Amino acid sequence: MGQRGRNDPDRGSEPPAVSTTQIPDPIRAKAAPRPGTWISAVIVALLVAGLITFLVTNPVLEWGTVATYLLDVKVVQGVGWTLLLTVLSMILGTVVALTAAIMRRSENPVLRGVSWAYIFVFRGIPVYTQLVFWGLFTVIVPKIVIGVPFGPELLSFSTRDLLTAFWAAVIGLGLNEGAYLAEIIRSGLNSVDTGQTEASKALGMSNGTILRRIIVPQAMRVIVPPLGNETIGMLKTTSLVLAVPFTLDLTFATNGIANKLFTPIPLLIVAALWYLAITSVLMVGQHYLERYFGRGFDARTPARPGRGGRSRQAAVNRAGTTPHDPLPEVEL
Amino acid sequence: MSQNEESSAVIQVEGVHKSFGDLHVLKSCELTVRAGEVAVLVGPSGSGKSTLLRCINQLEEPTAGRVLVDGVVQGYRAEPLPDGRWQKLRPAEIAAQRSRIGMVFQRFHLFPHLTALGNVMEAPVQVRGLPKAAAEAKARELLERVGLADRADHYPSELSGGQQQRVAIARALAMDPELMLFDEPTSALDPELVSEVLTVLKDLAADGMTMVVVTHEMGFAREVADQVVFMDEGRILESGTAEQVIDHPESERLKGFLASVL
Repeated sequence: MGQRGRNDPDRGSEPPAVSTTQIPDPIRAKAAPRPGTWISAVIVALLVAGLITFLVTNPVLEWGTVATYLLDVKVVQGVGWTLLLTVLSMILGTVVALTAAIMRRSENPVLRGVSWAYIFVFRGIPVYTQLVFWGLFTVIVPKIVIGVPFGPELLSFSTRDLLTAFWAAVIGLGLNEGAYLAEIIRSGLNSVDTGQTEASKALGMSNGTILRRIIVPQAMRVIVPPLGNETIGMLKTTSLVLAVPFTLDLTFATNGIANKLFTPIPLLIVAALWYLAITSVLMVGQHYLERYFGRGFDARTPARPGRGGRSRQAAVNRAGTTPHDPLPEVEL
Repeated sequence: MSQNEESSAVIQVEGVHKSFGDLHVLKSCELTVRAGEVAVLVGPSGSGKSTLLRCINQLEEPTAGRVLVDGVVQGYRAEPLPDGRWQKLRPAEIAAQRSRIGMVFQRFHLFPHLTALGNVMEAPVQVRGLPKAAAEAKARELLERVGLADRADHYPSELSGGQQQRVAIARALAMDPELMLFDEPTSALDPELVSEVLTVLKDLAADGMTMVVVTHEMGFAREVADQVVFMDEGRILESGTAEQVIDHPESERLKGFLASVL
């Protein structure tokens, strides 16, 4: 407090900020002792020093091998495939989940039932099992026939031509993810005040418009943080796609090299570093998504109508019953 | 406003009952509001004022009775089916009926993710299919009318309660409604912000808007209402001009109510 100068040009025509020199005898405070901060700092510093020594001096880690294979073609391609799997299966999962969440809220009992059954099955079976199943799909269902039941075939095609290992992996991961995301999205949709729906109805909006223009954009604010969480989870779940088997992702690539060289540890480090790097990028993306969907809800300006700290204060200021704005430092 | 006996009825509430399970909240309500009239509903909380208002634009379905707007039955086909049942309208038809009735809520219910301008433009663009440029020009005009031209780009969370309510009024007006419903429009406001909203309501009334206002503001009722309706325990107990109802109450319930609010 009190850092703003007497002649701060930003203040404009508002009542001038109270500068510390005008306050008689300001308190000269000494901070309360906080020995815990110092003790913990020393302990952590010792532990970090120990960790660095361990990392540098331990020959098993083979930092040379790590450096050699960090940018290996197979590894970098593995990163690419892992990213592609993550993005595509999250897109599929989100679309399926949004559909399931909306169906779950429907007045149509058939749609509600379908949504419930989807979530029950795909959330209840381990993702590994599901991936094996999708890998075997072409064996279980070799041919898809479109036609009249017990009648003539209109169209038939072999699943083997359509469902490559990659797409089997995307579908397996995406449908499993959709079941989890459906519940996240449903709670997000439910978090929007019912007054929003009423106000939209009163304006003559259709249910579809209300959902698309009013409910979903507000629900996203609640959905995005767990969605980011799920995306990071998906990044790591992609390491299970060898169950399909899909054999180009990051974990499979580093494991393959490790098995050839008989040196698993440095290649685990390579994989770990890449997963951390991708996670960092995803976290940045999440930050921007949160900022976009948080517009109008900014924490600095409470969204509750009539209870806004700033608006109430502004009203008090306008009333002119107090000589100064008591919060001169808070610029909103 | 001078009461014009010739003008046609915009709202006709005929024998409306509403029950929520065992709770009988509206009992045989009859109400007629003519074009350009301002009807003010008063009464203790829980008397059914808001429910009656919400029956007019179908946010509540009456359990019995009918609501007509401009002579058109709301929510059902005009004529009953041969077996005596009433055919409900499809959601799109109900939405079309609602779009002609503006509503302003006690708690504003502005869209928090849209600016003031976005709030006012939303329904004309999404419901009427108005081009964005035309909707924006109209929205700016309406914001100016409620005295908020300079707040167009603010989000609701950046506005005071009174400003939010005025945006909500502009949002409802953007659909060119034939009548406006106000559900305790000033009850959630700090006392010093009430008058800025009532001023907008008075301007609307002076422009000839047909309005039904649920409020506790007796001064406003006295000044603007063509018809004051007193409700208690789900019934309309008294109605008439402000002079009749507020200055010369007949029932003990109304006398008691007026004594507590005046």
